[in-house]
Amino acid sequence: MSQIFHRSTNTLSKLSIFGALFVLASLAWLIAGLNRSSYITQVWVAREQPVQFSHKHHAGDDGIDCRYCHTSVEDSSFAGIPPTKTCMNCHSQIFADSAYLEPVRESWRTGKPLQWTRVHNLPDFVYFNHSIHVNKGVGCATCHGRVDRMPLTWQTASLQMEWCLECHRHPERYLRRRDQIFNMAWEPPPNQIEEGWRLAGEYKILDPAHLTSCDTCHR
Amino acid sequence: MSINHNRLDLASLRARLGSSRGKEYWRSLEELADTQEFQEFLHREFPKQICEWNDPVGRRRFLKLMGASLALAGLNACSRAPAEAIFPYVRQPEELALGKPLFFATAMELSGVGAGVLVESHEGRPTKIEGNPDHPASLGATDLFAQASVLTLYDPDRAPAVTNIGDIRSWSAFLGAIRSLLQAQRALKGAGVRILTGAVTSPTLGSQLAELLKQMPSARWIQYEPASGDGARAGALLAFGTPVNTIYHFDKADVVLSLDSDFLTCGPASLHYTRDFIARRRLEEGKTEMNRLYVVESTPSNTGSKADHRLPLRPREIGSLARALARHLGVPALSAAEGSVAPEKWIAAVARDLQQHRGSSIVIAGDYQTPEVHALAHAMNHALSNVGKTVTYTDPVEAEPADPVESLRRLVKDMEAGQVDLLVIIGANPVYSAPADLNFAASMSKVGLRVHLSLYYDETSELCHWHIPQAHFLESWSDVRAYDGTISIVQPLIAPLYHGKTAHELLAAFTDQPERTSYEIVRDYWKTQKAGGWGAGQTAVAGTQSKPDSPEFDKFWRKALHDGFVPNTASPQRSVSLRTDWTSESVKRSSGPLPSGELEIVFRPDPTVYDGRFANNGWLQELPKPLTKLTWDNAALVSPATAQRLGLSHEIAWRGGEHGQVLADVVELQFQGRKVLAPVWIAPGHADDCITVHLGYGRKRAGRVGTGAGFSANTIRTSDSLWFGSGLSVTKTGGRYPLACAQYHHNIEGRNLLPSNTLNGYKKDPKFAQQEFPDPLKTPSLYPGFQYKDYAWGMAIDLNSCVGCNACVIACQSENNIPIVGKEQVMRGREMHWLRIDQYHKGEIDNPEVYYQPVLCQHCEHAPCEIVCPVQATTHSAEGLNTMVYNRCVGTRYCSNNCPYKVRRFNFLQFADWETASLKLLTNPEVSVRSRGVMEKCTYCVQRISHAKINAERENRPVRDGEVLTACQAVCPAQAIVFGNINDPDSRVAKLKKEPRNYGLLAELNTRPRTTYLAAVRNPNPELEKT
Repeated sequence: MSQIFHRSTNTLSKLSIFGALFVLASLAWLIAGLNRSSYITQVWVAREQPVQFSHKHHAGDDGIDCRYCHTSVEDSSFAGIPPTKTCMNCHSQIFADSAYLEPVRESWRTGKPLQWTRVHNLPDFVYFNHSIHVNKGVGCATCHGRVDRMPLTWQTASLQMEWCLECHRHPERYLRRRDQIFNMAWEPPPNQIEEGWRLAGEYKILDPAHLTSCDTCHR
Repeated sequence: MSINHNRLDLASLRARLGSSRGKEYWRSLEELADTQEFQEFLHREFPKQICEWNDPVGRRRFLKLMGASLALAGLNACSRAPAEAIFPYVRQPEELALGKPLFFATAMELSGVGAGVLVESHEGRPTKIEGNPDHPASLGATDLFAQASVLTLYDPDRAPAVTNIGDIRSWSAFLGAIRSLLQAQRALKGAGVRILTGAVTSPTLGSQLAELLKQMPSARWIQYEPASGDGARAGALLAFGTPVNTIYHFDKADVVLSLDSDFLTCGPASLHYTRDFIARRRLEEGKTEMNRLYVVESTPSNTGSKADHRLPLRPREIGSLARALARHLGVPALSAAEGSVAPEKWIAAVARDLQQHRGSSIVIAGDYQTPEVHALAHAMNHALSNVGKTVTYTDPVEAEPADPVESLRRLVKDMEAGQVDLLVIIGANPVYSAPADLNFAASMSKVGLRVHLSLYYDETSELCHWHIPQAHFLESWSDVRAYDGTISIVQPLIAPLYHGKTAHELLAAFTDQPERTSYEIVRDYWKTQKAGGWGAGQTAVAGTQSKPDSPEFDKFWRKALHDGFVPNTASPQRSVSLRTDWTSESVKRSSGPLPSGELEIVFRPDPTVYDGRFANNGWLQELPKPLTKLTWDNAALVSPATAQRLGLSHEIAWRGGEHGQVLADVVELQFQGRKVLAPVWIAPGHADDCITVHLGYGRKRAGRVGTGAGFSANTIRTSDSLWFGSGLSVTKTGGRYPLACAQYHHNIEGRNLLPSNTLNGYKKDPKFAQQEFPDPLKTPSLYPGFQYKDYAWGMAIDLNSCVGCNACVIACQSENNIPIVGKEQVMRGREMHWLRIDQYHKGEIDNPEVYYQPVLCQHCEHAPCEIVCPVQATTHSAEGLNTMVYNRCVGTRYCSNNCPYKVRRFNFLQFADWETASLKLLTNPEVSVRSRGVMEKCTYCVQRISHAKINAERENRPVRDGEVLTACQAVCPAQAIVFGNINDPDSRVAKLKKEPRNYGLLAELNTRPRTTYLAAVRNPNPELEKT
């Protein structure tokens, strides 16, 4: 009795088994890649805003401190988004007729708030607190990047859980002195790890077991 | 098809109990009976038919769908976050930091009398009520009504606009419409004007009404509170000839006798009284002394359940008992002895105990008892020299104390006679709540113009020409007195959501300054009140335009608002003397022995929906009522013996997979010629030969939640038998009605969960609880223990203190965004409360002892739930909490199946409301709102722990003891719940856990619960102790 299948089918079957594995693996790799891509995370994507507000101009060129607008960053979970009043403090005098600022003046006249598009948006089941981070040596730029160089604002971090956990597992890699928190241009010193451990001790930063407990962020 | 085996058979239960002792502690009569059917009910999670496949979806198709959903479920995560807008303020209010709640002091009024509260406000929306620790009627605690009031505030069924015969109108249209009528009435001195309010203690409202009555001397003001008894006022009048307000000092009392008084959970002073009373029962740090409480009552109450000796008597018999006791105590001028209703031994022993504690005892009569019983209680307190020590008197707190029923009767007579041209109803709902014999609705139709101010468009609004939406107390400026006279200024937390008006503004509409706001009215009133304590001489008169404020007044005003009360406004003590002739005065004798077998009816406000004003509040509807554990319904409560005599019973049914439904016999209650159908509930400890019905149900126009729930007891309530009356007849209809009773849920079968002892037993063997429940930490374990370096959170609950008031359950619901599920789902055992109050009975079924046990997640050291979760959605935190990560949960429910405490709750359906706009404002932003298919449970208020930890760490210090208050702990008037860091040996919780009474629930399972209990102890009179 002759063979039903030709000899070459052996190779074909082996190929298809390994091929299927390969396809599955690459699919998984693709999904993982896609999930981390800026298509999903929106990292590096500048958001359109109702007013062409430039952090580069305000924080970079003019050197205005972060806290002038984000007033509650040191004592609340939310850093604060400046009310129209804060804009008008200066812009009732400077660029008072600029067409760019018409939405701001309109808000001021009508009492209707400006509608900004949120750039850093955490899911609702995550509870992030700004105050504890800036008080424990995490600088603004560590998470938000060089905001002073952003004409329109974008995210520089994915805000995905693995990104959060990276720091919660190894805080020493990112800590800086408290007087450097709002310094956009801060660079880690060459002995950052050593300095980071020292700061973690000084600031009584809880150990990673605490920092990675689910209830630290989820409740 | 129903399985008809679980009908409770009281006769055979008694026969069985006669021969054997039965269980020591029991949750329900069925459990006590312990029939084979009940055993099956316990063990069988699903009904017998569960294995039949009769779903329309075939097995193959089901598997296909499951496979597809499983395969695609992961893709959920591969989506971009939706773009979100962010709206800053235009001008941000000072002191407001976004993300940080602010707290404002105000006061909540119930039946006219207030209690101070602090309200948590997130960016302008009030979300949670806390007690005001500095306010005498709160002391930091609140009752369940205050806790639930935020839900009423955001209730989407509240009246949205001013209406005239159903058409939307403006406020100024209303002002225009009444103008000509008012002019005509002014000429007549207001002869045709009647104003109907609830009880009023507000000084501003009182002065407004007085002013209005000065302008229109022939007008009349009627006060009617459907849920407040008049006994205290009339009794004081009888005893002293003048109305007084009686204040009891339980902190100084060793022996307390309650004559039908539920002072621990009812009434405006209950929070203060509970604190004081329980403080005398604490057995901490080696203390071995307790006060002793005797309770005589007909309907089982929370106070009765804390009694060391409780005597169930029909309400009329309580009067005879009071007389007999008064004779023993030497109260003079009492008529000759009559047939005694209570065992003479009992009366003699109580009298002796009271005599031995002269000056440190209290006799307190219930609000719903007759004036005579109140007068007897006053006389007994005088005879026992308690006056000035444990009992003091002040002037009444009401602006104008009045006989509510008499004035309501007179109003109805005037309306019948066509003498009323304008009826203004403020806040009340008399069409629903007035006694049936007054025919209020019919006579009201003869009034020319009817104006109604209320939160909801209700039964009364329907029959009124104008309906004005009322501002909720969280939207209002006002003022109110507490039980001791202390005045609080009520300030709004939010602008009226539905353009509501306050009573002040409505009354102003009838003056020549109709557009004054309540802010102006209240402030202007206080400018005239020098005696209020703000000092500087002011000459402004109420009603005049406000003058520029003096700095002194401004200081006073700000301080009063900040503190939540006006200092030094508690009414001063006054001395009164007992009239000598009060006994001879002809008292309407609604007391005395009744022929046995004649049925009495008892009316009581409902423990959760009160007089019906909270009927549309889902939190309160779904709250298991103390002692009956019923939800969403009221029932006719009857004692086991009477039920047996009348052949009434109920049976546990099971339905659709889970148990939880009880089918109760329906009876027709006929009282004074009026009838109502009611389901029967057998209440162990109820007095024989009487039936209790609760008010507040059977609402026809309450809203989507409350309409149609229960039956209206008002339909058989008459003005001469407001609280009880004899001559009730009961007919069994043969029908049955499903009740949702939470007592049958979460049965933990066959295990003793609650040790208790007498004080003498405790003295002999302080560790009685631990012998029954061995110390969990001494049991060996295979697993390595967790190490806790900094904090190890734990809780201790003193069962000796818990009075079962349920405030913690609602506080938890409010704090943690817990949804309600509805009666249908409660009958399937799917209620979502993270904290439940288990209730155990001990002893005979006719008068059992009752024990409460609040059960929440025990946060086990060896948590059975954690090890079975396939996706690690429930894990052990570094501080020992069993954390629940909702976004990880896939809803296998393994954790819940493996939890021996039955404290995990599953969102079988989309219970949380994501649609209703106003309810979105209610949610606590610090806690996730859970969706369908997710397991949830108590978190020890992890958001509060986080908050305290972050505050402490920012200041580089450890969290202080007492800095974290869980929501349940914060509201507890008895301070039964203590939470803290058990790693700190000086913390209160650590100390409590070292108490000999401390034990762990089901400790023998080696779960090592973080929540432990302190066993309850009673202090019975050795003379009366059962052998």
